[in-house]
This record gives sequence, structure tokens and C-alpha cells, in this order.
Amino acid sequence: MSGTALALRAALRAEWTKQRTITGPAWLLMAVIAFTVAISVAAMAATGCPAGISCPVDTTRLSLTGVQFGQAVVAILAVLAVCNEYSTGMIRMTLAAMPRRSVVLAAKTCVSSGLAVAASAVAVVACVLAARLMLPDHGFTAARGFPLTSLADPGTLRAAIGSVLYLGLIALLSAGVAAIVRDPAVAIGAVLALLYVFPVVAAFVGNPLWHNRIERYSPMAGLNIQATTGLHGLPITPWAGLGVLAAWAGAAILGGGLVLKVRDA
Amino acid sequence: MTSDMATSSTTGGLLGRPGAVAGASRPRLGQLVRSEWVKFWSVRGWVIGMIVAALLTVLLGVFAAGNASIGCQTSPNGPRLTGKACTPPVPLGPGGEPVTDSFYFVRQPLAGNGSITVRVTSLTGVHATGNGQAQAAQNPLAGMTKGVVPWSKAGILIATGTRVGSAYAAMLVTGSHGVRMQYNYTHDAAGLPGTVSAAAPRWLRLTRSGDLITGYDSADGKHWTVVGTARLTGLPSTVQAGMFVTSPLYTHMQPFFGGSSAQVGPSQATGVFDRVSLRGTWPAASWTGDNVGGGKYSPGTGIGGFHRVGVSFTVTGSGDIAPIVPGAAAGVPTTTFEQPLAGVFAGLIAIVVVAAMFMTAEYRRGLIRVTLAASPRRGRVLAAKAVVVGLAAFVVGLVASTFAIWLGLPREQNGGLVLLPVRLLTEARVIVGTAALVAVTAVLAVALGAILRRSAAAVTAAIVVIVLPYLLSVTVLPASVAAWVLRLTPAAGFAIEQSIPRYPQVDSIYSPVGGYYPLPAWAGFAVLCGYATVALVVALVLIRRRDA
Repeated sequence: MSGTALALRAALRAEWTKQRTITGPAWLLMAVIAFTVAISVAAMAATGCPAGISCPVDTTRLSLTGVQFGQAVVAILAVLAVCNEYSTGMIRMTLAAMPRRSVVLAAKTCVSSGLAVAASAVAVVACVLAARLMLPDHGFTAARGFPLTSLADPGTLRAAIGSVLYLGLIALLSAGVAAIVRDPAVAIGAVLALLYVFPVVAAFVGNPLWHNRIERYSPMAGLNIQATTGLHGLPITPWAGLGVLAAWAGAAILGGGLVLKVRDA
Repeated sequence: MTSDMATSSTTGGLLGRPGAVAGASRPRLGQLVRSEWVKFWSVRGWVIGMIVAALLTVLLGVFAAGNASIGCQTSPNGPRLTGKACTPPVPLGPGGEPVTDSFYFVRQPLAGNGSITVRVTSLTGVHATGNGQAQAAQNPLAGMTKGVVPWSKAGILIATGTRVGSAYAAMLVTGSHGVRMQYNYTHDAAGLPGTVSAAAPRWLRLTRSGDLITGYDSADGKHWTVVGTARLTGLPSTVQAGMFVTSPLYTHMQPFFGGSSAQVGPSQATGVFDRVSLRGTWPAASWTGDNVGGGKYSPGTGIGGFHRVGVSFTVTGSGDIAPIVPGAAAGVPTTTFEQPLAGVFAGLIAIVVVAAMFMTAEYRRGLIRVTLAASPRRGRVLAAKAVVVGLAAFVVGLVASTFAIWLGLPREQNGGLVLLPVRLLTEARVIVGTAALVAVTAVLAVALGAILRRSAAAVTAAIVVIVLPYLLSVTVLPASVAAWVLRLTPAAGFAIEQSIPRYPQVDSIYSPVGGYYPLPAWAGFAVLCGYATVALVVALVLIRRRDA
């Protein structure tokens, strides 16, 4: 095994031990699941299709509404995984023990995004199950063109897997931003601003060209992966949207790695 | 006594004003505010954060405003114009508000006092079914379906003249809102309910006595009820009176997950009148038809006319007599005073970060123990922090929203949009209210910081409760759910920015992006203040009970 691989393995084990042995991450992972499912259930409970009118509702996307909320908790998880060490000064010990800083950041992002992916998978499956149970009672029946939400449906499967990947990428983005700014409050503010401000501004921009640009190239373009109907009306195709988020996350991680390398801890 | 002396010297040293605390062992609130203020401005990052908040608010608002531009062509082969050259002329009503004033008017002059009474036996119509249809210049009625829109109007009207924007009072039957008395565009009162038909006709009467016009309705022509009175100050002695028909744009919201699509198109109505009875001096003795305001900027089909068979008049018209409201149903591209405040969301995030850190930094560094040793009354410490952050955020919000509007509004108007003007008091309420919104959000973030003690959690909580509900409301949630979200969450506070009132007598697409909130301005702001108060109380209880 090469030196880098060995160092990475050791770093991963160290980061995993840190995350495993404090209670914060466990609570946050439970919060990711609880908030994602709760918001999705609330959105489904509030949406109905009264008899006699057509309802152009993307039921899969509806059942995954909570992801927009869960991502905020995922962001906390990833930001704290990086920033907590700066708050306590622990980062100096970590870097003394593991002088290859890029390996440290890689290990931190792997562990936190791995945890985020695991929690998201549970949350997304729970959302799809909730959709199966709830939506038929709200008028979204097979007879009216809304088959039971199922992971066997390719569109729903893409939306589900895509949502899990989306939250994993949010963790990467957050860890990268956190490595750049180092303060947890500023990092979380920056991440949530990146996520939430673009769509709000897009709603106000009247110029269709700029409106479309913002919708296509902001990090939340990744949520287009949740669409199963009306794919032609999307500002960007589902996988390309996820690619945009991946580019943001990659840029943040690269920036974070670079800053970590050249700056004193 | 010894311990008291010790405390007081510690306090004096911390505050840098020994003389002020000589007689007291515990600092007063004013001194605490001062010491917290010193902490606030002496941390460079926090001051930079406040400046970033102001810059984000202004720059994003101006960016969004600068992107509003309309295009037009003056003639089919003429050059394509954009921006201000395309701003349609908009008439102003007697109150100075922009109005739509287009209808078909069958009129005679009325000299001095008098009255007009008619019976309406039918109101029918056609309307477009969706966006873009029936807009062909050759045949505006192509593709229309039968049906009268809810605010189609047929009735009688007394006006100062036929100029658009004239003062008027009218009694009218509507498509589905019963009999109404309306005057001077913004006033509306309900009369008899139900729709009009040959079996259930409606009798309408307007009497003029000086400046006072009284509207009556009746189901049988014998028993009359006063629906309302209108005082039209400065009404000339000779006015124009007669029958009118008009029909506003057909609007339909098709909600779906991920937004909603607005369907807007023209409509046209036809009313049948008989039993016309005139009292007073009517010098012309014959009826004249006018398509008032039926130019190319009329929101209707532009078609209008009347014919008379014996005592029966059939009048057809299209357009509306109503205030212009923001949104697609106005027929003209509009903007509102508060539109350049789109960047407030971004600014709020920066403010929330600073405000939460102002509290949580004390816990992170252990400074809270020194602070509480110097001021054992913990509630006062919390209050001092809230006051300092609230005031700083208020000033930043005030400066930023003033600049955003000052720089943004001219850009919107240069883009060709019609600004819906509001009174100076309303403008002040929007700007000061936005500053207050920023301040109360900052106080909420301080309280969340005291409750959660971790900056990442506090910042996330504050952003999630105030920005996310708004975001979901304007993007994914169906309109009915969005309305409840904007009533019940702290995001209700954004209602303070609404400058144009919602007129029940005008159907439009009333959405938060258009500037409409489900709660009145002050009620929405009160909801936000309620959340901030509850958070402060919880923070107070926790900060007293917990070890620091």
C-alpha cells in the first residue's frame, strides 16, 4: 500500500473516531432524518387533489420537499466536522499528528459526507414510504394518473438516489466552505446564503435571461434531480443540475484544501 | 461590604468608567449597553459583517431591479424599442393612484341635480382561456369561450366627464359578486347578492344632489335600499351620466407543485338594460356611445358598442374601472416601491450570523463567565446585547433599504415599468419597517444564540425560520399552503414591506413575489415580534437557570 493510501486510512480512522465518540453528530444525523421526513409529510398533508380538477403535481418531488430543509442540518454537520477543531485549537494537534493537510481535509469530508449520505438514504426511503401511505388518501390515486410512489419506477429511483447524492454534495460544499472561512457561524451563513439566496433573487429578477441563468447555475439547481414529470420545462436537466452542484462542491473543497495548505492553522 | 467593594471595582475596570459605578455594586442597564457596544464595534469581523449585510442588500436589490426591462414596437415594421420608451401612458385617478379606466359608456349630460334609474335583465360575456390566446390583432375574440368573469360590470354611472381617470360613482351588477356601488376606483360596497337574469332582474338608481351621489338597488323596482353614498368633491354642475358595461382580464391561477402558472387574457361582457327613467334636467335628450379609454393600452378587447330596440339597450364593453394592482392582471407592466428590497434576504443572513455570534462568542471563549461575574443580573446582560445588536441592525437596515430603493427604483422605471406610487407615509413605513424587520430578526438570532449556545446551530435556526419559509412559499408550495406558511412562521414579518393594498374588487394574481402577503403589514410584523419575544423569554429563563 502506498504512503498516501496508508495516511488516508489512518486519517479516516481518526476522523471516524472523533465523529463517533462525541454526541453532536449523532443528534445531527437524527435531526437530518427527522426534519427531512417531517417537512415532507407536512407538505404532503397540505397538498390535495380535489375530485374533478386536474392536478399537475409531481408527487415524487412533493414527497421529497423535506430535503430543502434537511440540507440545512447536513450543512451544520459538515461545517462542525471541520470548524470544531478550530474553535478548540484541536486543529494544531491534528495537523501535528497528520502533517499532510490535504489528507486531513479529505478524511474529514469523506467521513462527514459519508454520514450525510447514510442519514439521507434513511430519510429518503422514509419519505417515499410516507408518500405511498399518504398520497392515495389525498386524491393522488392510480385511477387519476398517479401510480403508487415506488422505487421500482425509474424516475422515482433517480429522484431518490439523486436526493441522497444531493445531500452528500451539500456536505462536501459545506466542508469546503468551512475550511475556507474556519468560523462555524460564518461558514454556515455562507453555505445557507449560497443555497437559499439565489432562488429568492431569481424570483424577483424579471429578465428571463438572468432568471434562467440563476436557476441553472446556482447550487440549488441540483434539486432538479427530484423532478419526475415535466422534464422539458426544467431550467436544467436533472443530472446536469446535480453536476452544477458537484462543480460548486468541488470548487469549495479545492479552495478549502488550498487555503488549508498555505495558511497557518 | 468587602465583597461589594471588590465587585464594584471589577465592574468599574471592565466598563472603563469607575466614577459611574462608585455608589452601586451592580452596573445599570445603560452601562451594560455601553460595554456591549464596545465589544460589538471593537471586533473587526462583526463590523465587516454588518457592512457586508448592507452591501448585499443594496447590490442584489439593484441587480434584480436593473434586470426588469420591457420591449415594444411602435409599428409592425418599426424599430424594436426597450425600456422607458415602452412605458404605456397610465391614467391617474382622483386619489393620484394609477387606474384602469376603459369601458363602453352610453351617456347624456345631466345638468344640476337629478337621478337615473334602470333595470338590468342580463349580463353575459366571453373570455380568453389562457395566456397568449385571443391576442391576435385581427380578431381579438378568436378562441374565446362563453362565460362572464367574476368582476364583469354592467350598470349606471355618473362621472365628471369622459376623460380617463375622471371622478365617478357607479351602481352595477357583476358577474358573480352581486350588486355593488363603486366610486373613484378604490371604493366598493356590496348590495343585493346573486346573479342577474331575466327572471331575477336588478334595478339600480343613482341620485345626484350637489357633491353627494347616493346609490340604490332593488329587486322589484318598488322597494329600494341605499347601498352607499359617495361625496365627489368639486363635481361640476353638468356631469355625464348613463349606462356602462366593462369586463376585466380573465385571470386563473393553475397551481402545481414547483410553482403556479397564471393564465391571463381579455374578456368582454354584454349587458341588457330597460325601464330607463331619468329625473332632473337632461339637455341632450338623446344617448351618445363612447368607448372610453378603449385605446391600445386598454386591458380588454377594445371592442364596444350599443344598440337600442324600443326601450331596451344592449351594451357591450371590455376593460375595467379599477385601481391598477401589481401582477399580470394589470395589463401594464408594473413595479412597486418595495420591489428593490429583494436583497434584504441576503443581508438578513449576514446580520443573523453577526447577531448570533455576538452571543455565542461569549460561550465559545468562556468570556460569558467574566461578563456574568461583572453583571450578576443575567437578564440585563441579555437585554443589553439585544439592544446593541437590534440598534446596529436597525441602522444597517435603514441605510441599506434606503439606498436599495433610491438606486433601484429609477432602474426599474428606466426598464419601462410603471411605478405604482404610494403616499409618503407608506414609503416611510416600508423603509422603516424593513429596518425594524432586520432589527427584530437580529434580536431573534441573539435569543437563539443564548438558547443554543452554539453559533452554527443558532445561525441555522434563525435562517431556517425566517428565510426558508419565504423561499418555499415563492418556489415550491401551492398558493393555499404558502399563505398559511406566511401567516404562521416568522417570515410573516416580510408583510411590513407590502405597499399596495389588496383590493377585493380586483381579481389578480396576488402572490408574495408580486408584493402581496396574506397578513396586513403590522399584523405580519407582530407575528415576527411575537416569535422574537418568546425566544427572548426562553433565553432569559435558560440563561438564569443554566451554569454558564
